[in-house]
Formats: sequence, C-alpha cells, structure tokens
Amino acid sequence: MPVTRFPAHAESVSDRVVGFMAHLRHNGINVGVAESEAALEALCEINPADPREVSLALKSVTANDSERFARFDELFQAYWFNEGRVRERAPKSDERPHQKNRWTSRSLLEQGMDASGAGSQEMPDDTGAEAEQSGDGRLIASKTVNVNKADLREFMKPEDLAYACKVAESLAKAIRDRRSRRRKADRKGALLDLRKIARRSVSTGGEPFYLFRRQKPERPIHLVALLDVSGSMTVYARVFLSFLKGLIGADQRTDAYLFHTQLVRISDALRDGDTFRAVNRLSIMAQGFGGGTKIGSNLKRFTEQYATNQVNGRTVVLILSDGYDTDPPQKIGEQLKRLKKRGAKIIWLNPLKGWKDYEPVARGMAEALPHLDLFAAATTLNDLAALEPHLERI
Amino acid sequence: MTWTDLKSDLAEAGYIASDQLAMALHLALHLERPLLLEGAAGVGKTQVAKTLAEIKGTNLIRLQCYEGLDSGHAIYEWNYQRQLLAIRASSENQSGDEIEEKIFSDKYLLRRPLLDAISQETPPVLLIDEIDRADEEFEAFLLEVLSDFQVSVPELGTIKAKSKPYVVLTANGARDLSDALRRRCIYSFVDYPDRRTELAILAKRQPDLNARLADQIVGFVQSLRREDLEKKPGVAEMLDFAAAISGLGINDLAQDPVTLQASLVCLLKTEADQAAVPTEVTQRLVGKAA
Repeated sequence: MPVTRFPAHAESVSDRVVGFMAHLRHNGINVGVAESEAALEALCEINPADPREVSLALKSVTANDSERFARFDELFQAYWFNEGRVRERAPKSDERPHQKNRWTSRSLLEQGMDASGAGSQEMPDDTGAEAEQSGDGRLIASKTVNVNKADLREFMKPEDLAYACKVAESLAKAIRDRRSRRRKADRKGALLDLRKIARRSVSTGGEPFYLFRRQKPERPIHLVALLDVSGSMTVYARVFLSFLKGLIGADQRTDAYLFHTQLVRISDALRDGDTFRAVNRLSIMAQGFGGGTKIGSNLKRFTEQYATNQVNGRTVVLILSDGYDTDPPQKIGEQLKRLKKRGAKIIWLNPLKGWKDYEPVARGMAEALPHLDLFAAATTLNDLAALEPHLERI
Repeated sequence: MTWTDLKSDLAEAGYIASDQLAMALHLALHLERPLLLEGAAGVGKTQVAKTLAEIKGTNLIRLQCYEGLDSGHAIYEWNYQRQLLAIRASSENQSGDEIEEKIFSDKYLLRRPLLDAISQETPPVLLIDEIDRADEEFEAFLLEVLSDFQVSVPELGTIKAKSKPYVVLTANGARDLSDALRRRCIYSFVDYPDRRTELAILAKRQPDLNARLADQIVGFVQSLRREDLEKKPGVAEMLDFAAAISGLGINDLAQDPVTLQASLVCLLKTEADQAAVPTEVTQRLVGKAA
C-alpha cells in the first residue's frame, strides 16, 4: 500500500483533507474535487474532534463501492495515524500495464524474450496439469490428427485464413443482433404510440386518424475477444488470429486482446487492411511468447484495466484458450465472476474440447465452467461456424 | 440533530442501525445527497427508507426498478384515453390551440413516482428499489433528475421540485452501477447484523420472547449464515423463524429436533439449501448456539 506521510505542518483542515484525498487516489480510490468538497461539508455536520465520527463520515462520502468500503478503514488509519511508511515507489506490477497500452512490436518482442528467459518461473507448478499437458495431451493430439484431418492447426493457407475470417464475420453478426426491452417510436411495430396519436388527432377532431407505432429498438451487442497464445495454443494461433481479424472487421466496437504471460491489446493492429499481413505479424509475435500461461492474472488485468470501460450488460466476452494455467486455478473463477457481475455474457471456446473424450480436467477450466454462458469446441472451422445458432440464443 | 440522535430515533421506530449506516444517513440528509445502500437481500435496506419516512412523518414513494423501465413508467405519462375523449367532446368553435392547451394540462398528466416525489409540499422519502435491475439508460436519466431535481415535460415546460425529497437507492449487486451514479451518492454497505445488533432487533420486534430463547435463535441463525448456502437467511427470515418458534410453543431449540427441522422452512428458501442442512447439521449448530 502506497502511504503518504501525514503532513506535520498544514495550513488548515482542508489542507489535511486534500492530503487525505491524494492518499486515497494513490491507493486506487478515484476521488476528485467533488468528493473533497463533500468531505469538508460532511465534517461541518459532525464533531470533527472525534476520530471515529470523522472516519465514519469520510467513509460514507468517499468509499463508493463495497470493495473500497472494506479497504477504507485501513487507509484511514494509515493516513491520519501515520501507521504506514513514507510513500514508496509504485510497485513494479503497477507500471507494467502502462507499457502495454503503448504497443510496439519491438517492445513486445523484448518482453517476450524476457518472458521466455525466465522460463523456469513460468512452468506450471501444478504437476497434475503438467502431466496432462505433456503426457496424455500429446497422445490424444496425435490421435486427433488421424481422426480429424481438419484440425485447425492445419489451416495455414491464405484461403483458409480468409474462410476463418468469413466465419467470424457471420458469428459476429449473429451475436450483434439484439433488441432492447424498451420501446421507441418507429414506422412499424406491434404497439401503438398513443402519445403521438393523441397529439396528431387534435387536428382531426379527436379521430385517431393517423396511427403511429412503437418498436423495440435494436441494441447491438459488442464483442470482446481474449486469445490465449501460450505454448500449448501456438498451433492454433494463426487461425484464431484470423478469426479475431474477422470479428474485428465486422464491427468497429469489437475489441481483441492476446495473452500469454502478459495481456496485449491488438485491436488496432488487427484493423490493418491486409488480413494476411496482420495475421502473420501477430503470429510471429505470438510465437515469440509461447511459454507459460497466466490466464488468471491476465483476466484480472483485463477486469481491472479494460473491463470498466468496455464491458457492460451488452457485451459478450469471448475467451479462446485451452484452460491450462500456471496461476492458482481459483483465480480464473474469481475473475470470471467479477466479469459476470458487470453483466457480460462469457463464451469460452476451447480447442481441446473437440478432441474425443475430452473432459475439462484442467483445474482452471473446471473453476471457470460455472461462470460460462457457453462452453464450446473450436477444433475445426466448421465447429466455429456451427456456433452461430448458440450465439443467437445467448 | 447529530447522527447519534438519528440513530436513537431510528431505534425508537424499530430499526437498529449500525454506526456506519446512521452516519451515512445523517450525511445524506444534511448534504442533500441521495443515499445508496448495497448489500445482500434481506439485510434491511428497504426498511431504512420506510423507517426514515416514519420518523420524518412524511410519505414514502417507492419506485421498483425492472429491466426496460422507462420514463413513461418512472416520471410521467399523459392520460391518452382521456385526452382523446376530451378532443372529441370539445365543441366546434374551440380552436386547435385551445384544445391543445386543455388536453396538455395538469389534469391529464399521470404522475409517476419520480415526478410525484418532486411535486410534494413536504419532502417525501423517495425509495428507488433495486436500481441495478433497471438498465443503464434509466440510470442516466435518473442521474439527471437526482442532480437537478427537475423534470422537463415538453408540453408543459420544466417542473421544478417544490421540495427536495430524501432519496434512498438500494442495490443487490446484480450488476455494477455506473461510477457517475456512485459518485453522486453517499454510500453505505449494509452487512448482516452482528449478534448484538440482531438480538436488539429481535427484542424490538418481539419483546415478549424470553431472553434465553432469543439468544439461542440469533446464535443459531448467525451460525447458519456461516454455512455454505446459496441464499443466506436475512433479518426478515430470522424474525419469521422467531415468530414460528414462539408460535409453536418451543422454549428451547434443543428440546424438539423434529419441529425445529420442520421450522427451517422459514430460513432456507431453496431446495439445495434445505438439502445442505439436514438434522445433524441443525443439531450441531444448535449445540454451538446454546
């Protein structure tokens, strides 16, 4: 926790309160001038000499959701009773996200090298999952190639990529068409718009001569896709990338992210006009990373950084991953629950699910299942195309 | 009036509030801001508004939110049937302007809760219940009403609030509320009451219950909440349970396991929860509570 030292000399109460607000901001509670003002007003309504009253009052004014509510007391103690250290430099984990926003291929590759350099750390610590990944997994994989010639990893040719793109576009359309529950004036519709009718009938002597109607307006749903490009997924990366490219092309509001040990926003890169070039560029990038996967941490970063603006009740979050994770498995469940709370629908497409006798044994996957609206296979392009009716229902 | 006065007023009216809640309510009243209450179902969020109306001696106007709630149901609507009739019944020599003036007058306006709340002489308590069920558009125009306390009706002009209502919003966390709405409100998270508070609530509501049994009931419900349940029993359920127990003539929870198990229907409201608390668990919890 970054701590601000309690100022030994302060001009006035407001000076100290402003200092406290700055302290809250350092700790991720976004309070502004309005809150400072309200806090000062609040102090006029209570006995400001009683620390308990002050604590309760400032809490009511500044802590405006349950998470902050729970943290507030500690922050209050730290500032007013100087129970912390001098503010430290922000921890490294806080700096990283900023780098990721400014995307350049060079820095990404560097990061990728870092990630692979620290390879031993990224290895799965759960021996069970590792065994599945290296032992059984490969066995089934080789079987699958025989059984199902059209496994996605074999689609590498430009025309296949173009097909993936097309499938994605029609899926995006299926998801997007949604109606609101409200009603709006419209040329046709099942309900009469009495307000308009009454108004217009003044001129026809009360005869409702012109009928106006109301209709449920369209409320497009927008998509956010998260693609896992870790080692276990690299074989699928190219096709999935062109799939994402198709999704992005279908709607300006669609957003796409890559993750492995880091999370990278790739929407802008994917909007590159030349499909093949964009996909190739990103595939090379993704290969550079092929290493550990931190699904839990990446989902966390996503919910904290991006989801606040981009995920609401009209969002479908599409996760493309095999669910092999080096983070503690319950982390996935927690983060999906948080996403779900924002009202989003969550779809998980797992390339392993298409394999014969697949069970979601990876513990991360098992944790995720209760929070998913749809868990489907994505082994072949036809699998992806077959999703359309399911997506329409979501 | 200080916040401790408010707290004792609430207690007198039958609502035992935590210090935090009393302070939030006190500030909301004095800073003239809406109060946003969040917490699980059954912790007494709605009751805060009801009790507030009681101690202020004013009306309670309640707006229950649901998906698709729009301004026609929340603010105002014209009474179209009456309007159409009035137009037809108007005599030949009335001009169009006159008719229009007539049908778009106060008489033909149906006041919905929000408009109703701002057009009262004495400030009422406006309870906007389960705001997280309404969609985001509604949140947006609610913000407008709550910041300016005025409503504009195109045909009538802007209607300014005669008095600022005391606004209480409640949410269950079905979805996250927008930051803009949160920032405008005084916030308090209402948790399940602790043992002492819950005993006080029970004593307020059922004064004739003997102290030992009350202690047992509260202890039992409190430990039941620590179990892994889908829907934890709220305060209202606890009160129902207490009423059931005393109605059944039980003086000691440990005395009659069968009846006790049967009366759990007051506390456990889903099939899975009822299956999760078989007689053995109940007896263990009673043993702990006793």
